[in-house]
Amino acid sequence: MNNAQLEIQLIASLVAIACAIPGTFLVLRKMAMISDAISHSILPGLVIGFFITQDLNSPLLILFAALTGVITVVLVERIQKTGLVKEDTAIGLVFPVLFSIGVILIAKNANDIHLDIDAVLLGELAFAPFDRIYLGQTDMGPKSLWVIGTILLITIGLLFAFFKELKLSTFDAGLSASLGFSPVLIHYGLMTVTSVTTVGAFDAVGAILVVALMIAPAASAYLLTTDLKKMLGLAVSFGVFSAISGYWLAHWLDASIAGSITTMLGLLFLVIYLFAPSKGLIAVIYREKQQRTEVSLLTFLLHLKNHTEENERHVNHLQEHINWQKVRAKTVLDLALKNNMILIDNDIVSLTQKGDEFTSKAIDYIITNEDAQIEDMKDDFFLFRG
Amino acid sequence: MDIQEYFSLVINDYTLRTITLGTAILGGVTGMLGSFAVLRKQSLLGDAISHAALPGIAIAFLITGSKDTNTLLIGALISGLIGTFWIRGIVTKTHLKSDTALGLILSLFFGFGMLLLTFIEKQPNANQAGLDKYLFGQAATLVESDVWLMATVTGLCLLVLLFFWKEFKLFLFDADYAKTLGFNTKFIDILITSFIVLAIVLGLQTVGVVLMSAMLLAPAAAARQWTNSLSTMVFLAAVFGAVSGVLGTAISASQNNLSTGPVIVIVASVFVVFSFIFSPSRGLLFRQIRFIANRRDLELQKTLAFMYHIAETHDNISHPHTIKILNNFQGYTRKTLQKLVDKGYVTLDGTMWSLTEKGFETAANLYNQQAIKDE
Repeated sequence: MNNAQLEIQLIASLVAIACAIPGTFLVLRKMAMISDAISHSILPGLVIGFFITQDLNSPLLILFAALTGVITVVLVERIQKTGLVKEDTAIGLVFPVLFSIGVILIAKNANDIHLDIDAVLLGELAFAPFDRIYLGQTDMGPKSLWVIGTILLITIGLLFAFFKELKLSTFDAGLSASLGFSPVLIHYGLMTVTSVTTVGAFDAVGAILVVALMIAPAASAYLLTTDLKKMLGLAVSFGVFSAISGYWLAHWLDASIAGSITTMLGLLFLVIYLFAPSKGLIAVIYREKQQRTEVSLLTFLLHLKNHTEENERHVNHLQEHINWQKVRAKTVLDLALKNNMILIDNDIVSLTQKGDEFTSKAIDYIITNEDAQIEDMKDDFFLFRG
Repeated sequence: MDIQEYFSLVINDYTLRTITLGTAILGGVTGMLGSFAVLRKQSLLGDAISHAALPGIAIAFLITGSKDTNTLLIGALISGLIGTFWIRGIVTKTHLKSDTALGLILSLFFGFGMLLLTFIEKQPNANQAGLDKYLFGQAATLVESDVWLMATVTGLCLLVLLFFWKEFKLFLFDADYAKTLGFNTKFIDILITSFIVLAIVLGLQTVGVVLMSAMLLAPAAAARQWTNSLSTMVFLAAVFGAVSGVLGTAISASQNNLSTGPVIVIVASVFVVFSFIFSPSRGLLFRQIRFIANRRDLELQKTLAFMYHIAETHDNISHPHTIKILNNFQGYTRKTLQKLVDKGYVTLDGTMWSLTEKGFETAANLYNQQAIKDE
C-alpha cells in the first residue's frame, strides 16, 4: 500500500464520517431526499461562483455552492407553502431546473471552464492525491483532505455543541420550540451543514456518492438501533467500513472508486435489511406469521367459549364456521392441543381449564384494551410457539 | 433562423424531424403518466427509478454485448422495476420512511451502475462508447426506430388508460373504497407503477437519468393548477409535455452548445411557474386578488354593521348622523363610504349620512346570511 492509496482511503473515510453525521439527522427528520436535491442544485452555484472568482480552487466557490444548497431548501419550502403542490413534488421540480441551468451555463461557456458535469456527478477520488497544497516548498498533503477535514471538524464541533438541541428538535419540534430552542434555526443550521458537506465532498467523491453516504449508513443504522448516539456511531462506522472496503473493491475491479463505495454501502444495507434482528425483512415476516397464528388461535378459542352446544364444536364444523382452509384449521387445532388448551373427545372439541382461563383473559384484554394485560399474555403465547 | 424556416427544416430535415417527434411523444406520455405519479404523492419515484435504471443498462450491455437501444432499455426496465418494488418493500416492511427508501435506492443503484459502467470501460473488447449518453441524454442520437418504439408504447399506454380508466381513477382517490368494491388494487397499483417505469425508461435516452424526474413532474404539476378533473388534467399534462418537448428542441436547435434535455426541462418549468401564478382558480395572482377583494368586502360590511348599530337606537332609521362618528377601526374609509352610497345603502347629505331602508335591511341580515351560507 503506497502513500497515495493511504491518502485516498483517508479522504474517503473522512468524507464518510462527515456525511454520516448530518445524514443521520436527515433520515430521522424524514428529509433524506433534500440531500439529493442539494447535491444536484449546487451545480449552478459552482458555475456562477467560478464566473465571479475565476478560480476553481477558491474557497469562495464552496461558499457559493453551499448558498445555492440553502436557496434550494428555501425554494422548496416556499413552493410547498403555496399549497399548490405537495412537498415531494416541490423538491422534484426545483432541483432539475437548477441542475439544468447549471448544465446550460457550463455548455455555453465550455471553453472557459474546466468543469465537467461527469466529474461533478461522479467525482474522481483516484485523482484526489494529485491535487496538493504546498506551503512554501513543503507538501501539506492533498487539498481534498484539508477541505473535508476542516468541514468534518466544524461538523463535529457543532454536533457536540448542539447535540441536545438537535435531538430535541428532531424528535419533538413542538417541545423544543416551547422550551425556547428555535427549531427553525436548527433546521437551517442542519441544511447549511448538509450543503457545505455536500459541496466539500462532491469534488472528491461526486454528488451521487454524497447522497449515498448520507442516507445509506444512517438508514442501515436505523434498522439496528433506536438510540440516537448508537445510531450515529453505527452510521459512522458503516460509512468508514464501506469507504475502505469499497476502495479495495475498486482496486480489484479497476473501476470507479465512488461506484464501488456505493456498491459496498448497498450490499451492507441489503444484508442489514434482510437480517436485522426484529426490524429486518426476515424478522418482520416471521413475526407477522406468528401474529397471524396467534390471532387464529385466539379466534378459535373464543369460538369454543361462546358455544356450548355440541354440534357447534364438532371438528368438521369448525372448518366451515370460521371459514378456514383445511390445513390452517388443522394447524391451529394441533397447536391448541399441544398447549393443553383444548380436549378432543369423539371429534367434539372442548376447552380445558387452562384454555378457559386463557380465553377469559383474552376477552378481558379485548374489552379493556389495556397494554398491561397483554404483557402477561405474551408469555403465554411464547409457550405455544415452542 | 425565423419560424418559417424552422418549420420547413422540421419537415425536411431527418434529424430535426425525428428529435422533434420523439421529444413531443415523450413529453406527452410522461405528462400523462406523471399526473398519476403526482396525484399519488409519488413525485420523487420518477427520480429514483431513472437512477435505478442505470445498472440495468450496464448489465444488459455486459450480457449481450450489443448497444441496441431496445436491449438496453429492457435491462433498464427490469432494474427500474426491481428498484421500485424494493422501495415498496422497504416502506411496507421496515420503519424506514419513503424519503429514505427513495434516496437509498436512487443512490445505491446509481452508484452500482457507475461501477459497472467504469468496469465496462476498462474491458478490452468494449465498444462501450455511447453508454454514457443515458446519463445526461442525447436527443441527437434518436433515430426513427426509437420514435416508433415511443409511439408504440404511448399507444399501448393510452389503450390501457382508456380500458382501466374507472379503476385507475377510483384507486387514485380512494384506494380503500376500490378494495371494498372488489377491485384488485394490487394489480391496478402494479399496472400504473409499471407504466410509469416504462415511460421513464423511454425518456432516458433523450433527457437522461438526472432530468427525467422533471419531465414526469413538471407538466403534471402545471396541469394540476388549471383543473380539478382527472381527465382534463391528464390531457393538459400531455399537451404541456408535448409542447415543452417541441419548444425545447426548437430552442436547443437554434443555438450551438445547447443540449436538448436541460432546455426541455427549463421550458417545462416555465409552464409550471406560469401556471402557479396565472391559473384562475388556484394561481397565486388571482388568489391574492380574491384575498384583497374579500378583505374589502369585509371592511364594507363592518362599516355597514357599525352604522346599523347606531341607526338601531333611533326610531327613524334614516335619521342623519355626522360622518365624524364613523371611526376607521370599523373599516371606515372615504372609499368604503362612497361604495356604500353607490350600492344605495347610504345617502350622503353634506357631512351627514343616513341609512336607507335597503341598507338597514341588508345590515340586519348581514350575519344571518353568513350563517345560512355556512350551513
